[in-house]
Amino acid sequence: MAEPWVLELWEGYALPGVIIVAQILAITAPLLFFVAYLTYAERKVIAAMHLRKGPNVVGPFGLLQPIADAVKLLFKETIVPAGASPVIFLMAPMLTFILALIGWAVIPFGAGLVLADINVGILYLFAISSLGVYGVIMAGWASNSKYPFLGALRSAAQMVSYEVSMGFVIITVLLCVGSLNLSDIVLAQQGDYGMFGWFWLPLLPMFIVFFISTLAETNRTPFDLPEGESELVAGFFLEYSSFPFALFFLGEYANMILMSAMTTILFLGGWLPIVDIAPFNWIPGPIWFAGKIAVVLFVFLWVRATFPRYRYDQLMRLGWKVFLPLSLFWVVATAGFLIAFDLVPNT
Amino acid sequence: MAEMEIKPLRLNFGPQHPAAHGVLRCVLDMDGEIIERADPHIGLLHRGTEKLIEYKTYLQAVPYFDRLDYVAPINQEHAFALAVEKLLGIEVPPRAQYIRVLFSEIGRILNHILNITTFAIDVGAMTPILWGFEEREKLMEFYERASGARLHTAYFRPGGVHQDLPAGLLDDIGRFCETFPQHIEDFEGLLTNNRIFRQRTVDIGVVSRQDAMDWGFSGPMVRGSGVPWDLRKSQPYECYEDLDFDIPVGKKGDCFDRYLCRVEEMRQSLGIMRQCIEKMPDGPVAVENNKVTPPKRGAMKQSMEALIHHFKLYTEGYHVPPGETYSVVEAPKGEFGVFLVSDGSNRPYRCKIRAPGFAHLAAMNHLCKGHMLADSVAILGSMDVVFGEIDR
Repeated sequence: MAEPWVLELWEGYALPGVIIVAQILAITAPLLFFVAYLTYAERKVIAAMHLRKGPNVVGPFGLLQPIADAVKLLFKETIVPAGASPVIFLMAPMLTFILALIGWAVIPFGAGLVLADINVGILYLFAISSLGVYGVIMAGWASNSKYPFLGALRSAAQMVSYEVSMGFVIITVLLCVGSLNLSDIVLAQQGDYGMFGWFWLPLLPMFIVFFISTLAETNRTPFDLPEGESELVAGFFLEYSSFPFALFFLGEYANMILMSAMTTILFLGGWLPIVDIAPFNWIPGPIWFAGKIAVVLFVFLWVRATFPRYRYDQLMRLGWKVFLPLSLFWVVATAGFLIAFDLVPNT
Repeated sequence: MAEMEIKPLRLNFGPQHPAAHGVLRCVLDMDGEIIERADPHIGLLHRGTEKLIEYKTYLQAVPYFDRLDYVAPINQEHAFALAVEKLLGIEVPPRAQYIRVLFSEIGRILNHILNITTFAIDVGAMTPILWGFEEREKLMEFYERASGARLHTAYFRPGGVHQDLPAGLLDDIGRFCETFPQHIEDFEGLLTNNRIFRQRTVDIGVVSRQDAMDWGFSGPMVRGSGVPWDLRKSQPYECYEDLDFDIPVGKKGDCFDRYLCRVEEMRQSLGIMRQCIEKMPDGPVAVENNKVTPPKRGAMKQSMEALIHHFKLYTEGYHVPPGETYSVVEAPKGEFGVFLVSDGSNRPYRCKIRAPGFAHLAAMNHLCKGHMLADSVAILGSMDVVFGEIDR
């Protein structure tokens, strides 16, 4: 029989540690798989909209293309430009990638299916997504090159601007929920009306503002100025090659999924089925959740195939002169409505 | 504190840049995102075309014109053919004239599809270009059926066109004229009424009427500014007099007006093509003067004279009487002119080429100053520069 202190060590520290690591792996491994196939989906969906085929050579229907791309990037040489600051230069992609992953700690995939069920889940998520700008600034600065520098400046201004209105949107939702816990936010949308009881309908303008802000937050078209291909060549990650580039790339797509998950939780009822009756509520929550994320992601891709790119000052004008007053107004209006009709939760 | 002089950020835009439209090197002095000075550098695609032509016979010079503006190659050949014909004093038979107009208008559509869609990609919309290339491919197949080559056709030759159209080609072009308007609608659906596209193009790169004339602009660049100047109307060549078409003009002279002009020109070109197909006369497709155009293949088997003509044409070429001429056509990009001097030998003494894009690019600084970096890309896209003709 083992010594008591060994048992204590095992039960007190090692076992929980092992369980947490297992849980983390259970989240990140499928996530990375989905990130890889999101790139494939993007290429296929946009190809269909362009009336062309998209990847169709590697494996059946080109299904192995993401793997081939990853292997190619892994085996390439990592080039650090002579003028660059090597430590920051290499830290930036890691930071971007890590931030895109750790946000998932608080995402509820189903009822009770969450790694860290903390009470300030939405604040944590908001903080993590805001930190993403550091990866971009560090990359642009450390590259010591003009195009990445301009890209990083644009990106910093853009992400900060759109976070302000995103913050107000989140406050509006929180006013209706009365909790910062993500599971509570989802459960608050459960009701008799199925999908029409979710927040997207009562808060429709905010839903739209939030969706457009997530496009800006993830640097997607029409807000892809930081990497504006036709002006800045590739923007902040111009000087990157090989795996640091892959980390930026994966980070961007992981962020897209994270932001779609956030949209789903705040406005589309998280893991809830569209109507709570027989055939629909047999389908497990995580599948509903994934399905809703997929729909939001499809709109991301659809937007990319359709719209031109904003100019820098137009983007700022939209953020500060349209979205900020609108979301601020809606916060006040929602709060007033809740007080007036005595609907404030938790009172 | 002592006054400090702040140095502008000097950005090297190109020659290897996704929006440089070939090999433009543009040195931009930037104040943040604002352009203080734009300095276009040319010459990276210089091939010495004009000098090379001086060492070729008149017939051998034709393919060089395909390689100038490789987006609409046939329109350049046209200018050269007209110049040589003027010096030779020959008149092209009517069927050849109609074929030339038909294919020139196909060239105009080829050019405008490419310009509109690459302009869209410059402002960030990537779908139109992939839709447009499908249609360009169809048009190039018409070129291929008429001349044997998709791009560098060498089809318009002094004296007429190289060979008659194959059976059925006119019907297929007619069918294209029926389906293509729907594709123009599709482009317009994605661009014309798109708010972001309008925000990116309206009031960007404004060229006033006076500026357009002072800078020597032509084509959509001058028509976008409201000057109804089109050589097909003002000094009609070939059979343009007999055809009915309109010249679209813009109002403000910004990038959006130029875009709209090009879209409307495509519609007008389709109209011209339909009329050409309808009115296409029968008859020879080149002057029947074997001193200038080669004899029929069959005749060479029988006639000694035809064989001698063929041999002389493809070795020595023909001699052009001394003189000089400036012949122009309304190429898709503007006034494309050839100044040809002949000393009576079988080779041009001098062949100066007037490319419209050269004058347009010269105004780069004038148009870009004070605009933002992203606007310079839009302005460049709306200028429709192709370096083959600018660098020659």
